[in-house]
Order: sequence, then structure tokens, then C-alpha cells
Amino acid sequence: MSTPVLDLRRVAYAYPGGHQALYGVDLHVHPGERVALLGPNGAGKTTLVLHLNGILTPGHGSVHVSGLPVAEENLLEVRRRVGIVFQDPDDQLFMPTVRDDVAFGPANLGLRGAELDARVQEALAAVDVADLAGRAPHHLSFGQRRRVAIATVLAMRPEILVLDEPSSNLDPASRRELAAILRSLDVTILMVTHDLPYAVELCERSVVLSEGTIVADGPTREVLADDALMARHRLEMPAGFSL
Amino acid sequence: MGSGHSAHLHVAGDTLLHRLPPHVKLVGLLAFVLATVSVPNGARPVLVVLLGLAVAVLVSTRVPVRHVLPRLAVETPFAVFALVLPFVAVGPEVELGPVSVSEPGLVAAVALLLKGTTGVVCAVAFAVTTEPRDLVRALQHLRVPDPLVTIASFMVRYVEVVADQLRRMRVARDSRGFRSRSVRAWPALASSTGALFIRSYERGERVHLAMLSRGYGGRMPVTAPLAGRPVQWAVALAPAAVAVAGSVAVRAA
Repeated sequence: MSTPVLDLRRVAYAYPGGHQALYGVDLHVHPGERVALLGPNGAGKTTLVLHLNGILTPGHGSVHVSGLPVAEENLLEVRRRVGIVFQDPDDQLFMPTVRDDVAFGPANLGLRGAELDARVQEALAAVDVADLAGRAPHHLSFGQRRRVAIATVLAMRPEILVLDEPSSNLDPASRRELAAILRSLDVTILMVTHDLPYAVELCERSVVLSEGTIVADGPTREVLADDALMARHRLEMPAGFSL
Repeated sequence: MGSGHSAHLHVAGDTLLHRLPPHVKLVGLLAFVLATVSVPNGARPVLVVLLGLAVAVLVSTRVPVRHVLPRLAVETPFAVFALVLPFVAVGPEVELGPVSVSEPGLVAAVALLLKGTTGVVCAVAFAVTTEPRDLVRALQHLRVPDPLVTIASFMVRYVEVVADQLRRMRVARDSRGFRSRSVRAWPALASSTGALFIRSYERGERVHLAMLSRGYGGRMPVTAPLAGRPVQWAVALAPAAVAVAGSVAVRAA
């Protein structure tokens, strides 16, 4: 089998205050997969995500990205390979204009001039917002901001896109458009979400994280069809939905 | 929705001043203001000429007067100080209509008004023709220390986000029957302010995480370098040259 894009082995982590968030997580994601990471609030999903690009360092265990260990000396390359899109676009978009913001990542990688411009255009075109380059993030709609946030990460040509609650706060049309865009991207995706219909729609595989351990890993429809598992970990399809 | 001051100051256009690169304009502004301040207080004709020059520059931006006038109000405290000056300063007195005022105070007041207005008019001309983002780029290009540039840049980006947050908190507060009419309302106002501070601080932490995730290594990258042609420098520094020439002529005479 190919080298996994993400390879987590026995990852355990406790916050400085002593709260143990992860208890030995094993997770492999292979190139081209779209995986949903599900779990109730407080399950450790965000903590896990912050391990993927070395913001947090495991107390025990290891994280490899396409074979490269996540360690101090590889951080820049790891952060290029793993693109994290945070939940609130206002946190992700911190530069005065969309163009500057999308250029921030590739510029940190050393790109300049025409090459940088081309990279910005490419990323904005991939999420269908090329016409917003000169705008200020604050003046965009929430759906536009979410897409630009994804572009800021795509501009680094990541090997895996990690999305934290990509459908939250979107109106139904923006939610559907975003799904089409995510499906059109030629990149491995790990999607943290509470939106189970979205997971069914986009991800063939789902992983359930609960109380710091992986409690289920399999085809999304099978995982979500296991009523006992779902109830045990406080996961529910919205009323009226069936698989 | 968003109505921070940054959205109101700049007015799009295509005049000479709009086209000058921001760092060239900023240096030109600073040089002109410093040169104007250095003109001796007694040289009133020179100061009047310089004020005329500043007004001409502002007029050349073709920004509507009703947009410009309120911006000039920043000068009010200085104007008030200048008006008080002749009455409180000491020294030989002169008759000004029915009252007698201090002569050095009067000279200083007139000079302060002329110089202050010249500076404010020029600063407004700069502000209405320069986007906040370009001001940040100019500061970065002029090697202003990175932390200051970053602070300015984040202020440009987040002032409206924080203002929106404040507005939402106020609506939520008022929706529960709150009225700030007396001192007794202050504790509620203080805790709102505290909450806003903590939220902004937490946002700062999240923004920092997002920056690190995209390879931030302690320096903001220059994504769009600035360049000024010699002729643009000459244009931007011309008003300062006039002020310096005036100052030198007065001192020589």
C-alpha cells in the first residue's frame, strides 16, 4: 500500500493543566481519501487536528506526514503539506485584503513575484472566488469568507486538507456549493464535523473519536448505521434523515 | 454591518496623489510637515503660502468638500489652545479691538493655527488618497519595526470585527432591558468591556495558530514590493522643498 499521508501512532496528549485529551490514537489516511472525523463535543477532535501540523507535540506516540516525522526541524515542510482550515474564517483571514491573505502562506514558503501571483490566482480559482482578490475579508459574505479561507491553504499546495466544521454557519445554498467545490479538489481531505449528512455526502470513510480514543473506523454509511455505537457517543442524524 | 472609520477615510480616485506609491507619499508628507514646523513663527507670509500649497494639494485629490470638512475637525483641540494662547501668555501687550492681549502669544497662536492647519490638511490629503492596506505596506517598506507594522495591519483588519462584536453585545444587553442612564449601569458596561477584551485576546490566540499553520516564522512576508520612480519622489518632495526654501529665505533676510 502507498505511504499514508497521515500516519498517527499511539498519539497521547495531556494539556499543561493536566487534562488528558488523547489516549493513544492510531489513524492512517491514504492519498485521495476523504475522511470524516466525527465525535461529540470535547472528544479531542481539535486537539487531534493541532497535532497534524505540529502546533501541539504528542506527549507519547508519533505523527508522520507522507513519511516525514512531525518534528521541530521539519515544521515548515509539515505545515506546507498539511493545510488546516479553521472553523471561524475571521481567525483564518487576518490580512487586509483577500489577495494578501492567500499570498501569506506561499510567501512564507519563499515564493515571490509572478510565481506568487500565479499561485494566488490558482487557489482563488479553485474555490471559484477569483473576482474577490482585491476585497477586504470583512466585507465578504460568510460563505465567501469560508471559501477564501480554503484558498489560503490551497495556495500552499497541501497534500492533505484538514477542515474544521466546514459546513457550520453556512446557508443551505452555500453548504451545497461548498460540497461541490470540495468534491472537485484533487486533494486528500480530513473533515472534522458534526454535520453527519455532510459526512455521508462527501466522505466514503468515517472515524469516530470519543473521549480521546478512536472508537470506530469504517465506511461512513456502516458507521452511521450502527445505532448502538451512535447512541453511545452522542452522535445523531438530524430528525427526518435516513441513510 | 461594518462601518469602521477605515472604510470611510479613503476615497477611490485617479489623481496624481492617488497614483503616487504610498511610501513616497508618506515620506513627502512627513518631510513637508517637518519643514513647515521649522519655519520661524514670525514669517507669516511664508506660512500662508505653505497653507495655500497644502490646500491646493488637497483640492487636487478631487475629493468632495463635504467628505473632507468633518475630517479636519481633528484640529479642534489645537485651535482652541491657539485661541486661548494670546490671553494667557505673558510679555508686551497689544490692543486687539476692545481687549489687550499678549503679543508673543498672538504671534505664536497665529503660527500654531497656520502650521497646524497646514499639517492637518496634508494628512487628510494623504488619508483620503491612500488605502489603509497601502499605509501598512509603506510602513513595512520604510523599515518600521515589524511588530509595529503587524499591529497596524491587524488593526486595519480587525477594527471592524471588534466593532461588530461590540455592537452585537450591546444589542444583546439592551434586548434584556438594560439602559445606561446612571452610575449604577457602570458595572455592566465595565464587564462588557472586559468580555470584549477577553474575546479579542482569544481571537488573537486563534489567529496566531492560523498564522503558524501557514508557516509564519516571525516576520510578515512582503508579498507586493513597492517601487518609486525618481520623478515620483521629486513630485512628492516638492512641497517640502518649497517649505525649506521659504524657511531659509526668511532666516537669511
